[in-house]
Amino acid sequence: MSQIVGQSVPRKEGRGKVTGEAKYVDDLSFSGMLYGVTVRSPVARGRIRNIEFTGGLPWDQFTIATAQDIPGENIVALISDDQPYLAAGIVNHPEEPVLLLAHPDKYLVEKARSFVRLDIDPLPAIFTMEDSLAKKEVIWGDDNIFKTFLVEKGNVDAAWSEAAHIVEDEYRTGAQEQLYIETNGVIASGGPEQGITIWGSMQCPYYIHKALLKAFPLPPEKIRVIQMETGGGFGGKEEYPSMIAGHAALLAWKSGKPVKMIYDRAEDMLATTKRHPSRTRIKAAVSRDGKLLALDIAFDIDGGAYATLSAVVLSRGTIHAAGPYLCPNVRIRSRAVATNAPPHGAFRGFGAPQSIFALERHMNKIARVAGLAPEEFRRRNFLHHGETTATGQEIREDVKLEQLLDRALELSDYHAKTKAFAAQNKASKIKRGIGFATFMHGAGFTGSGERYLQSVAGVEATADGRVRILVSSTEIGQGTNTILSQIVADTLGIGYDDVEVAQPDTGEVPNSGPTVASRTCMVVGKLVESAALGLKRMLGGEYTAAACERYIRQHGPLKSFSQYEAPPRIYWDDDAYRGDAYGAFAWAVYVAEVAVDTTTCEIHVDDFVALQEIGCVIHPILAAGQIEGGVAQGIGYAVYENVVWKDGRMANSQMTNYIMPTSVDVPRIRVYFEETPYEYGPLGAKGIGELPIDGPAPAVLNAIENAIGAPVNEIPLMPEMLMEAVVA
Amino acid sequence: MHKVPIEFRVNGTPRKVDAYPMERLLDVLREELGLRGTKEGCGEGECGACSVLVNGELVNSCLVPVLQAAGCDVLTIEGLTKDSNLHPLQKAFALTGGAQCGICTPGMILASYQLLDRHPHPTDEQIREGLAGNLCRCTGYQKIFDAVREAAAR
Repeated sequence: MSQIVGQSVPRKEGRGKVTGEAKYVDDLSFSGMLYGVTVRSPVARGRIRNIEFTGGLPWDQFTIATAQDIPGENIVALISDDQPYLAAGIVNHPEEPVLLLAHPDKYLVEKARSFVRLDIDPLPAIFTMEDSLAKKEVIWGDDNIFKTFLVEKGNVDAAWSEAAHIVEDEYRTGAQEQLYIETNGVIASGGPEQGITIWGSMQCPYYIHKALLKAFPLPPEKIRVIQMETGGGFGGKEEYPSMIAGHAALLAWKSGKPVKMIYDRAEDMLATTKRHPSRTRIKAAVSRDGKLLALDIAFDIDGGAYATLSAVVLSRGTIHAAGPYLCPNVRIRSRAVATNAPPHGAFRGFGAPQSIFALERHMNKIARVAGLAPEEFRRRNFLHHGETTATGQEIREDVKLEQLLDRALELSDYHAKTKAFAAQNKASKIKRGIGFATFMHGAGFTGSGERYLQSVAGVEATADGRVRILVSSTEIGQGTNTILSQIVADTLGIGYDDVEVAQPDTGEVPNSGPTVASRTCMVVGKLVESAALGLKRMLGGEYTAAACERYIRQHGPLKSFSQYEAPPRIYWDDDAYRGDAYGAFAWAVYVAEVAVDTTTCEIHVDDFVALQEIGCVIHPILAAGQIEGGVAQGIGYAVYENVVWKDGRMANSQMTNYIMPTSVDVPRIRVYFEETPYEYGPLGAKGIGELPIDGPAPAVLNAIENAIGAPVNEIPLMPEMLMEAVVA
Repeated sequence: MHKVPIEFRVNGTPRKVDAYPMERLLDVLREELGLRGTKEGCGEGECGACSVLVNGELVNSCLVPVLQAAGCDVLTIEGLTKDSNLHPLQKAFALTGGAQCGICTPGMILASYQLLDRHPHPTDEQIREGLAGNLCRCTGYQKIFDAVREAAAR
């Protein structure tokens, strides 16, 4: 039956991408188009006193928009509705948008931006989670806290007295820039009569649609959002495009002309979202025979100045904090707090890389204290089929973590290398080490999320039997167009070339939910499969071109839609924060090998093995590509990518001094899959996109500890920090 | 500053543009000549998305004033496709998964073109060195290396 799924067919938009013909938003141009720019706050927090237009520029030629020009509510609608499109009265973070300019001359408008003088009275600001929690200043709500969660299983407090060892430590992770190579950008056109159309680089067209509905007094059908080819997202184009789209739309609304807004690299790095910095404290109790008795985890993330998605990021980080281990007593207390930095937001992994980093470092520490090898300690505590996670979710997948671990250690030659490095390191200034992390990542929205989303996907057949997939799920490089086409082709028994994917356009496609949360393959793929099965049923059970032709002649358009239904036995309690957090998990063991130069304190990752169980693999090359790209980002997160903060503002907003891995920095990344079909995924598949960013940082830091014999508990681990660890 | 006439050859065809001498070659290619396959990633010569070949040398077109290209041969991604037939490198990138989001791909293919010009059978180290000026955030580079090896083998 399955003929195309499992094959590495050519990606749908591959030709356009290798010829340069693919159209990204900056490749579009409209006649009479203006260029828009944003004037931003130079201070972290303050009261806007006055705005002055200086420099003797021809200001009457410019379209100028402030908060007063927004025809609807000055709110970027998302979860808490606390973030304005344009600051009115108060600014709460550096680079907060205050005013917009548009002009036909893109050089002049860029120059004009620096001649708008914002007179702002500074107010005291806070830049650390510690100051936020101490309420040094209250900058959000009553207590600076966006969200808290409490997950409880068993009774942690009763467990300490039975412990053979109690092990405590603290771990920190820094911000990380998504650094998609195409910056954020949109074009907006329209006005009160004709409505608004947005063309842009984005992950979630319907997020923008929802946000514009609040800011502009228009009926839903008069707002149209069209995704152009998108040059990378990684979460950075989940919620932020709602902001830039609103800005461009406002300038278009006011000027009556199409407006293009494309951020340059510095603006994109300064003003848009990054991964939440975190601090995790773990206290663990372990028995004499090396079994976890209790995990008490305090997990805090810095959300920046507005709530945006922090509550949801915190949720995923919280649920993943106890890892793939069986522990009878678990308490996870987590908080997302406000600081006067630009809001942190979605980035691949969404909170999980932070809490998993802490736990996987701590597992090594516990093992050492308990006198066990790190692999042996984990082996004694793995979750199995039928056992329950920290949220009380019973594992119904046939997961065999011991086997994954054995295979990963064998593929990486872990035992022999551990021994060899220990011997060689004594006489060498270059210290080599090997380390690993074992982890899981839930696919799809957390808890009741998918039930609330109620996503819809559709397929439409033509009289010659070709099929067009109708989803708002976006192709951002990960392969959406290709895998959805493969699923439909196999479901209907037609050729891959007979399937195409409609351009995501809210005027044309249903809301299949956002392109986030490792949900496109597993959740949307399943919807597309169900919709295709619906087509078949409409044709009496057999899908042929002749049947399509007959149906269309007799009844008109041949379309089938499918709406999300939760798999059976999935239940989540939002109040108690207990239950089935995810429909399915992907499981993985990653092994990193490093070389540390103790003279220069340079770190290089020399080899990487990534072994995972993700259900059935739909497209081997795309799947491996997801893992390799995620591992490279994860290595960057661990040892290269350092956001330098100065009073809430990124001080190194350039690719020159914010360093991501290049082709000479990444090791050979060896990717292996185990495939256990997942009953409720399309043709057995689960989610994959976020998993690979979870494991590299703890695996690399565990390897560094193995190399230098000293603990390192903070990322990014920069050479100067390593020097302190080596000297100590 | 006034616009001046500048003549050069782009993808084998003589072109004449009126441009400010210090205008970026990137902008002239994209906006004056409509060659939108050359992408801007950082505007400061770090990411290589705007890579083109000028007289056979790989350059970041965001750092090259157009005057400097006067009288030169410029090759962009559009120049690799002949009569809608893909260049072996383009085929290899499509086949091996070397292109994901695609925004670095034109520059990466041109960097690979120069690499294979200099080292028709490159070692792994030569591939890594040859592409070190071109950043890719999607692939972790592995499938790009595969694409270069694949094209070299043909």
